[in-house]
Amino acid sequence: MTTATAAQEVTYVEAISQALDEEMSRDRRVFLMGEDIGAYGGAFKVTEGFLEKYGEWRVLDTPLAESGFVGAAIGAAMMGLRPVVEMQFADFISCAFDQITEVAAKNHYRWGAAVPMVIRAPFGGGVHGGPFHSECPEGWFFHSPGLKIVAPSTPYDAKGLLKAAIRDPNPVLYFEHKFLYRRIKATLPQEDYIVPLGKAEVKRTGSDISVITYGAMVHLALEAAEVLRKEGIDLEVVDLRTLIPLDKETVYASVRKTSKAIMLHEDNKTGGIGAEIAALLAEECFDCLDGPIIRIAPPDTPVPFSTPLEEFFLPKVSDIVAGAKKLAAY
Amino acid sequence: MDQAVVANDIKRSDLREMYYYLRLTRSLEERITALYRQGRIVGGVYTSHGMEAIAVGYASALNPDDVIAPFHRDMGAFLIRGFSPGEIIAQYLGKQAGPTKGKDGNVHMGDLKRGVLGFVSHLADNMPVAAGAALAFKIRGESRVAFAGTGDGGTSRGDFHEAMNFAAVRRLPVVFFCTNNQYAYSTPLRYQMAITDVVERAKAYGMPGEIVDGNDVAAVYLASKRAVAKARAGEGPTFLEFKTMRMHGHSEHDAAKYVPRELLEEWKAKDPILKAERLLTQLGYGETSYFHEVGERVKKEVDTGTEFAEQSPLPEGRETLVGVFATEDEVQP
Repeated sequence: MTTATAAQEVTYVEAISQALDEEMSRDRRVFLMGEDIGAYGGAFKVTEGFLEKYGEWRVLDTPLAESGFVGAAIGAAMMGLRPVVEMQFADFISCAFDQITEVAAKNHYRWGAAVPMVIRAPFGGGVHGGPFHSECPEGWFFHSPGLKIVAPSTPYDAKGLLKAAIRDPNPVLYFEHKFLYRRIKATLPQEDYIVPLGKAEVKRTGSDISVITYGAMVHLALEAAEVLRKEGIDLEVVDLRTLIPLDKETVYASVRKTSKAIMLHEDNKTGGIGAEIAALLAEECFDCLDGPIIRIAPPDTPVPFSTPLEEFFLPKVSDIVAGAKKLAAY
Repeated sequence: MDQAVVANDIKRSDLREMYYYLRLTRSLEERITALYRQGRIVGGVYTSHGMEAIAVGYASALNPDDVIAPFHRDMGAFLIRGFSPGEIIAQYLGKQAGPTKGKDGNVHMGDLKRGVLGFVSHLADNMPVAAGAALAFKIRGESRVAFAGTGDGGTSRGDFHEAMNFAAVRRLPVVFFCTNNQYAYSTPLRYQMAITDVVERAKAYGMPGEIVDGNDVAAVYLASKRAVAKARAGEGPTFLEFKTMRMHGHSEHDAAKYVPRELLEEWKAKDPILKAERLLTQLGYGETSYFHEVGERVKKEVDTGTEFAEQSPLPEGRETLVGVFATEDEVQP
């Protein structure tokens, strides 16, 4: 399926919008639910024009009740529809935590009911959102069997992963990064494509240190790699793309090659995804490690609002450079 | 209005079938309670002793392609939807032949093919889910209805209110009910809510509501029929409050000493099976020998089911790892 804009450069947010539009055209079962997604087109304008195109029964403005509309999406999904729910901000997903973890995640395991639904959750900091509009809540769900979790870093991946998520027969949490929305662009293929769930991608090959990351941090790692290249340290950047199912093989292969690993993410350090991967590496790749596994992540605080505080909180290129130099010295 | 006059609207065969299911529910749950007391059933055992008329009444009022999200004391609904006593006992015993193959216990079972949404312990969680099923029917223009409920305690949860509001706003083909059995575990209604009738809650959402005698299977059936007809006609959701009394504890381990004995005596006289027998007699639809005959029939079915369940194998430990994710062929058409 092609669209008029497919041949032009599109932003990350436009790629998401294209994926939704194309999937809704392709499959009558796909419909959207969320706050202000209709006439207003969504807080980030992802669904602008969709109400006119698809009508109020495929683009449903919901009451301000995340648990209620996520529950409703679960019910519709079990009946064979393909709901895509928008959390206005990923932070608000806490209101629907119970429906996601207790109902959507467990239904198939308990009594065999497939729940083919997607929850889009705009997450992450760097946009002065403060403690309630900048969170990275993926860790809460990473620990909850039955959910798939996706976090794209590029427009190509954003479109391809969203299409794959919509076509998946399971509940998928799709964490889209707000900081990337209008900051990165790419020319996308004109033909229909998906990026399969569960496949990481090496965004930059390198020989010295593996940086394992996802979301907006991929770009930070790539920037750091350019800085370090000049200093003779060659970073490999592994973009997980899907957090569950986790592509352990790609991660292990990279670390077996470089023998050194940095876990980088924007979620709080304690109990974050980097901690889990570090543990996996200690279990599976201990023999090939030539240094400690380093974690670079924000401190265990809420995301602060004021510019210097948020800058302090978020990982920086200099943090990666410093970490890599320390690790290179082993 | 005289109960018998109203019940004339129900066909003889339908009323006799409901009576059969009341007896089957009672007999099956008595067996489950006995198996629990013998230590053969582990985990929680939640029964509908004294409240059987609710599930039997509403499930009888639905079409086979309608969807039910039962409350956890709705055994009759499972039976009417074709879950056999053998499957149900196997579920309680954690056997492979149970609907969840040992993954979950007791009334935590469901089957999309038979239109029953699996119960979730977080009370009222299935009410938004049922509203979503109704939303799917509305989007696809199907003439199907969802029927979903919780107990008096569950109506305090946000999900109850979010479901009621969403269904009312979108006029979804769903019927919500509350099984008001006066106690949420040990907490009496007066500590649950500052209102006497749960039906008051429906008013806030612009939803019509009705109080129904939950021990009268004919009344439950007729009220459900009316609400379902409205939903099917596109007139939106209805709320039904079934007043009843939980005659056993919250679970069978609970002696329910917190319930005054006089209250139980009062409700014992309103037993739904006795009530149904009086009605059948009054209408000339059945007499003592018929009641006895049904009793024998259900006992035999429960005996056969018990034997089947006990002979069924337990699941293998490694089955634990199976089924976290679904495959495409499991998605409902």
